[in-house]
Amino acid sequence: MALVHITIDNQKLEIEEGTTILEAAQKAGIKIPTLCAMPELGFKPGSCRVCMVEVEGLPNLAASCVYPVREGIVIHTHSERTRQARKVVLELLLTDHPLDCMTCEKNGDCTLQDLAYELGVKESRFGRGEKKLPLDESNPFIVRDLSKCVLCGRCVEMCNEIQQTYALNVGYRGSKTKIIADGDSDLRYSECVSCGQCIAVCPVGALIDKNAQGKGRTWEFSRVKTTCNYCGCGCNFDFNVKEGKVVKVTSNPQSVVNGINLCVKGRFGYDYIHREDRLATPLIKKKGKFEEASWEEAYQLISDKFTQIKRESGSDSLAVLSSAKCTNEENYLLMKFSRAILGTNNVDHCARLCHSSTVAGLAQAFGSGAMTNSIKEIAEASAIYLTGSNTTENHPIIALEIKKAVTKKGAKLIVADPREIELVKYATLWLRQRPGTDVALFNGLMNVIITEGLEDKEFIAQRTEGYEEFKNTVLRYTPEVVEKITGVPAEDIKKAARIYATAPTTSLIYSMGITQHTTGTDNVLCTANIAMLTGNVGKENTGVNPLRGQSNVQGACDLGALPNFYSGYQKVTDTSVKDKFSKAWGVDLSDQEGLTVVEILNAAYEGKIRGLFIMAENPAMSDPDLNHAREALKRTEFLVVSDIFMSETAELADVVLPGVTVAEKDGTITNTERRVQRVRKTIEPLADSKPEWQIICELAQKMGYKMNYNHPGEIMEEIAQLTPIYGGIHYNRLDDGGLQWPCPDAHHPGTKYLHKDKFSRGKGKFFAVEYKEAAELPDEEYPFIFTTGRVLYHFHTGTITRRSKGLNEIYPEPLVEINPQDAEELKVKEGELVEVASRRGKIRAKVQVTEKSGKGVVFMSFHFREAAANLLTNAALDPVSKIPEYKVCAVKVQKIA
Amino acid sequence: MTVKEIVKRYGNKRENLLQILHDLQNQSPQKYLNKKDLEILSEEMKIPLSDIVGTASFYSMFSFTPRGKYLIRICESPPCHLLGAPAIFKVIESKLGIKEGETTPDGLFTLEGTSCLGICGVAPAMMINEEAYGNLTEEKISQILDQIREKESKR
Ligand code: SF4
Ligand code: SF4
Ligand code: SF4
Ligand code: FES
Ligand code: FES
Repeated sequence: MALVHITIDNQKLEIEEGTTILEAAQKAGIKIPTLCAMPELGFKPGSCRVCMVEVEGLPNLAASCVYPVREGIVIHTHSERTRQARKVVLELLLTDHPLDCMTCEKNGDCTLQDLAYELGVKESRFGRGEKKLPLDESNPFIVRDLSKCVLCGRCVEMCNEIQQTYALNVGYRGSKTKIIADGDSDLRYSECVSCGQCIAVCPVGALIDKNAQGKGRTWEFSRVKTTCNYCGCGCNFDFNVKEGKVVKVTSNPQSVVNGINLCVKGRFGYDYIHREDRLATPLIKKKGKFEEASWEEAYQLISDKFTQIKRESGSDSLAVLSSAKCTNEENYLLMKFSRAILGTNNVDHCARLCHSSTVAGLAQAFGSGAMTNSIKEIAEASAIYLTGSNTTENHPIIALEIKKAVTKKGAKLIVADPREIELVKYATLWLRQRPGTDVALFNGLMNVIITEGLEDKEFIAQRTEGYEEFKNTVLRYTPEVVEKITGVPAEDIKKAARIYATAPTTSLIYSMGITQHTTGTDNVLCTANIAMLTGNVGKENTGVNPLRGQSNVQGACDLGALPNFYSGYQKVTDTSVKDKFSKAWGVDLSDQEGLTVVEILNAAYEGKIRGLFIMAENPAMSDPDLNHAREALKRTEFLVVSDIFMSETAELADVVLPGVTVAEKDGTITNTERRVQRVRKTIEPLADSKPEWQIICELAQKMGYKMNYNHPGEIMEEIAQLTPIYGGIHYNRLDDGGLQWPCPDAHHPGTKYLHKDKFSRGKGKFFAVEYKEAAELPDEEYPFIFTTGRVLYHFHTGTITRRSKGLNEIYPEPLVEINPQDAEELKVKEGELVEVASRRGKIRAKVQVTEKSGKGVVFMSFHFREAAANLLTNAALDPVSKIPEYKVCAVKVQKIA
Repeated sequence: MTVKEIVKRYGNKRENLLQILHDLQNQSPQKYLNKKDLEILSEEMKIPLSDIVGTASFYSMFSFTPRGKYLIRICESPPCHLLGAPAIFKVIESKLGIKEGETTPDGLFTLEGTSCLGICGVAPAMMINEEAYGNLTEEKISQILDQIREKESKR
């Protein structure tokens, strides 16, 4: 665009034509007050008139947030005339605004107050009316005091255009105008999902963070930018701290992944940090009861026991479970502890249970198992194929990008999911496959693409291998055959295939609905196949994008908390790799691949694993076939657990060590788009707790191995030296925005999307994959398919979220979702109790009757200990990645009279 | 007609929303838009509830609370205002014992203000349901209300 010359408050400026005066002023470092506009978010309604400026030659003042600059324009932003005009606006606003700044939560951070101060407005020449609207305190996180609302419209914009929840709108008119939720109800009973986005943009005290009320004024807080520890999106925000306590979370606009956006867990789910029931001291179990102990006693006992077991039964009778909730540095240290000190590769973590099939599948096909693209690229794709991911609830911020792609950028969305997830509303096509038939569905799509000649021949020829064999297999999966297997109409399969193949860029996004099957690796191979077939990988905005669940599940894998890899996916069986680590760590290492999570527990069950260290994981809730898993933990001769709360697993331990929350330690975590970001120590560790990295070091020292770092940054230096993909990651480079791996050296800018000219393994490899039935199918006795997942308000096994008052208030109990038809046949109604039983166990919970579940399919989340879904699930494993089949098993449902 | 049927009749395009709301309200015995109906409407038209109510509440002709069988709407626009609308309000308020926006306990009358009815020539004016009345005086109002009462008591 053309550049024009403007003069703004006597400052000469060259700037792009069409920029608004407001933005031009920002560039010139001049602050024009605004109440309604949010130019960074593209919101410029021009309604509040506070931003008025004088433009020479123009009879009236212009609203700077909407008025575009042109050649030669001369602007005065703070002239007497603008001052007077702003005063009038302000006085009009103040006629019915409660003047109770002394007790208002917004005091010190309120645009209205700032303006009144700046313009010296003490009272309104228009007198005082009275606006008294009832306070809405129904939502556990948000207080709405609409008497203070200045009707700027920001919250409505936020809720409808960015969050796209559509809970808010402007209602009524004239003097009765107000912001309404749904049909003018209380917020709690509206569509509102409590993301708090509206609070983040409200310029006044009309929308307030309920739980931060009375905890202090904005100027009393110090702010520490950190990374959210709930999910793999990797949002950043500021912890606000006063007197050593985290009192609230506020958006930090500088966050690369999320901007000011956050979900309910990130923004409001921090109150677990200061819970009374945090573990405060080490505990040692004596005669079946925990007794408080000193760190010294605990370390000594662990050291003695592990040494003894190693001597008696060999290194491989010991094992370690690392954690996707801990930092990269901690995962690295714990795998080092396992390999160098215990001498075993029996180290794994819960990624085994969510995405090991991704790591296995994509490593075979492409050479590395991570999201090929960045989160921000999602909104730029011309088509999105979403399968096995309830993104709105599990990766809320990524869901915003998907919605943006569809509603703002015209992308076509295809959803393939047995459940009617929220994003189906945005979909061009919804394919409702029978659970467990994904391979058939993918093969059907690819069949259509090949028979209609829509494949990317050039890409296939130049960048891939194994095509012919793959093609022969796929050709047998005609849409008609696939319709029979999956239940998806052949016509829809054809339509979807055409969209996938013909859109300029198609981004495939998947999550645990694809991975958690006995055919998990096969499913993942199919995602790679279809991407290569259509040339949709190795390019910007298009690729294969597995969404990783926990905040640092990507990092825990990257750092080698896996039985077959050191950090950076370097194979334990590779002699040169082994030698490298051996030399760096100064010990001999094993070249035998270790056991995976489920195998470790099986071995413990059989008495082959005698000693187990579990860092901040909860297999007694998260693993499939819980009765078996719990028994295995009970049988483990010596079990050490570090965690922040007495989890179901910690209860079974011999020694419990109090770890800390992310607020109490430094480190890095890696989000689902491979972005390594900082978490920063905000407060001191509570009571006698210690950061896990320190615990591991001290225990190592006790066991006679020198492991000593002053700060996690030093651990990262060691990681960088030994791990090519993290080679350029240094703390001093992470301050703004982090870095995306691969980042091989200190000058490398990081990698936005993978496999650009070459796949990590050279050529991409097609795999011929045949459809196989799920391990357990419904039969007469167990007629329903049972499938599991998560809900927005909780995380993982609920250890943390169920300790957050508000989150638990919104979603307090487990619900069994069943289809209305099934409900009728079972004669159960919404809210009635049922018993759900599989061959392995049974649970009781209330019923939620919903179209979200297909007929014959029962859904439950696994967050609740009182009805742990995993008592029912099947521990049948995928043969390659050893991931258990959480997504399909057979159950029966009975009403409890 | 059910909500579904009304939507079907006009089509679920957004531009038909006002017409549909109108029909919905008119067929309601208490002449208002009830919450249940609006929720179904939101489903059927795929328009968020907040949007529907935001739109509807802008117009004074829509009500979200049950209204009386006879809806009295007094014109508040300038010509009527100048010629005594405030007094008309007072008269009716005292006769019926209700304030603007309220409904008599027997569910017979609701009193509302409205903008110009297009019969300024006979200001001050009001409408009761579909019937317009002009050149209002206290006496005339009494007559009108009494007639209605009488008719109703015979039912
Ligand atoms: S909290 Fe989120 S969903 Fe609820 S009203 Fe505010 S922006 Fe909308
Ligand atoms: S509640 Fe806040 S953000 Fe919403 S319109 Fe009122 S002042 Fe603006
Ligand atoms: S989307 Fe994920 S990372 Fe972002 S705030 Fe929510 S839980 Fe945290
Ligand atoms: S900020 Fe420009 S009109 Fe409100
Ligand atoms: S002003 Fe009352 S009818 Fe027109």
